[in-house]
Amino acid sequence: MPIIMVIYYIFSICLIGMLFYNFIKEKENKTDILLYLIVAIPFILRVLRIK
Amino acid sequence: MTRIQRLKIIMLTIVAIITVIAGIQLYQHRHYQIPIVAGPGVTRVGKLSDYHEEIKGTMADTNVFFLEGKEEGGSMLIIANTHANEIVAGLTAFMLVENAVIEKGRVIVIPQFNNSGSRNTRSGDGYPLFFDIDTPWGSKTLRMGNRDASPLEQWPDPLIYVHYPDRQLMSYLDVRNTNRTWPGRPDGPLMEQVCYAAMELIRNENIDAVIDIHGAETMFPVTNCIVAPQKSMRIATMASMTVKAKEGFDNHVEPSPSGFRGLSHREIGDFSDAMPFLLEAPLPFLDQPTGPKTMDLLLVGKDPFLLSLSEKGMLFVPYDEEGWPIRNRAGQHTSVILEIINQMTKQYPEKEIIATGIPKYKEVVENGIGYYLTDPSSVDAEKIYYE
Repeated sequence: MPIIMVIYYIFSICLIGMLFYNFIKEKENKTDILLYLIVAIPFILRVLRIK
Repeated sequence: MTRIQRLKIIMLTIVAIITVIAGIQLYQHRHYQIPIVAGPGVTRVGKLSDYHEEIKGTMADTNVFFLEGKEEGGSMLIIANTHANEIVAGLTAFMLVENAVIEKGRVIVIPQFNNSGSRNTRSGDGYPLFFDIDTPWGSKTLRMGNRDASPLEQWPDPLIYVHYPDRQLMSYLDVRNTNRTWPGRPDGPLMEQVCYAAMELIRNENIDAVIDIHGAETMFPVTNCIVAPQKSMRIATMASMTVKAKEGFDNHVEPSPSGFRGLSHREIGDFSDAMPFLLEAPLPFLDQPTGPKTMDLLLVGKDPFLLSLSEKGMLFVPYDEEGWPIRNRAGQHTSVILEIINQMTKQYPEKEIIATGIPKYKEVVENGIGYYLTDPSSVDAEKIYYE
């Protein structure tokens, strides 16, 4: 796998971590809570090499 | 537990269920193996990586079926599923591999040219993941692929794809489109390497003619046609006129534009001695203004919006209440392939290919595609390959 793809997977894992951190930290805005989860879906599927 | 915590747990559960369900479906699609039976004419089966080692072990590698006659003659390469969402191409190749017998010359068939693309799905348009073809022994399930290779194999896309070697600027997506990455290079992006491997096959096997099978929108002018560069034009024109006269369907000729690079019908001719042909059959499913993208629309091609557009003269093919059934499209392809073989033999007797067992347009329309597909459970395991 080219190094640039490895870096992309590392980025994706970091983004998933940041999204879940924000999901846990958010206390009020329900829309944001849901959006953090939805935005994480493509990154999860990419890291798992499904899509 | 606070109210917001309860809400978070509910949301997390729902999103997790959606992700798991979607993930399982997408995983099954990517790893689904379509059995193809090496028919009576198949003399050996190789891999595309035999011509370029670097793609070995990747999802870009694919099967290459050799159908060789007892006598020497011409050589033809037939490529299908360059765009794996144009399903008529793969079905035509399946019929060829499972039925054709070559008495003289040889025909080489690659049923899944963009193997990665055939394991990719199109996001956002609600395409079915699979489709079924009815056969006398049950239904055969095939993957519905995508136009481009999967980003899981080739990533990232550039901002602009700079074609090699002409440096023409193209859409970023075209770097994963194996009908823009010809003639390819051995150390380029993976899809350029796939095209390079095919070019090596063409050069090393002394291929005389290459046919790249496609399907196109009814609203796209380059549909229902044979695309050919100058060197293939005479054969293409004669084939077009002959199928119209003898078999009663239209298949006009489009010239391959010399200024539009990366296409098979352009680069194969420019970078090898082979004569390229690209076959297009109408595929209403790919048109934008249609109803839901159902399996019915894919296989039968009936759509009220396209019918309305047809009445306004906005389509480039005849279109009525019957739609464009897949059997008609596949039948057109088999007949045009046979006629190209016939015309090549007439014009270059030393490149003669004698092929039997390939059904013609009327036979495919009458019997359906499934009639020409072999039940994998009825043959020895060593005759079964997976695409």
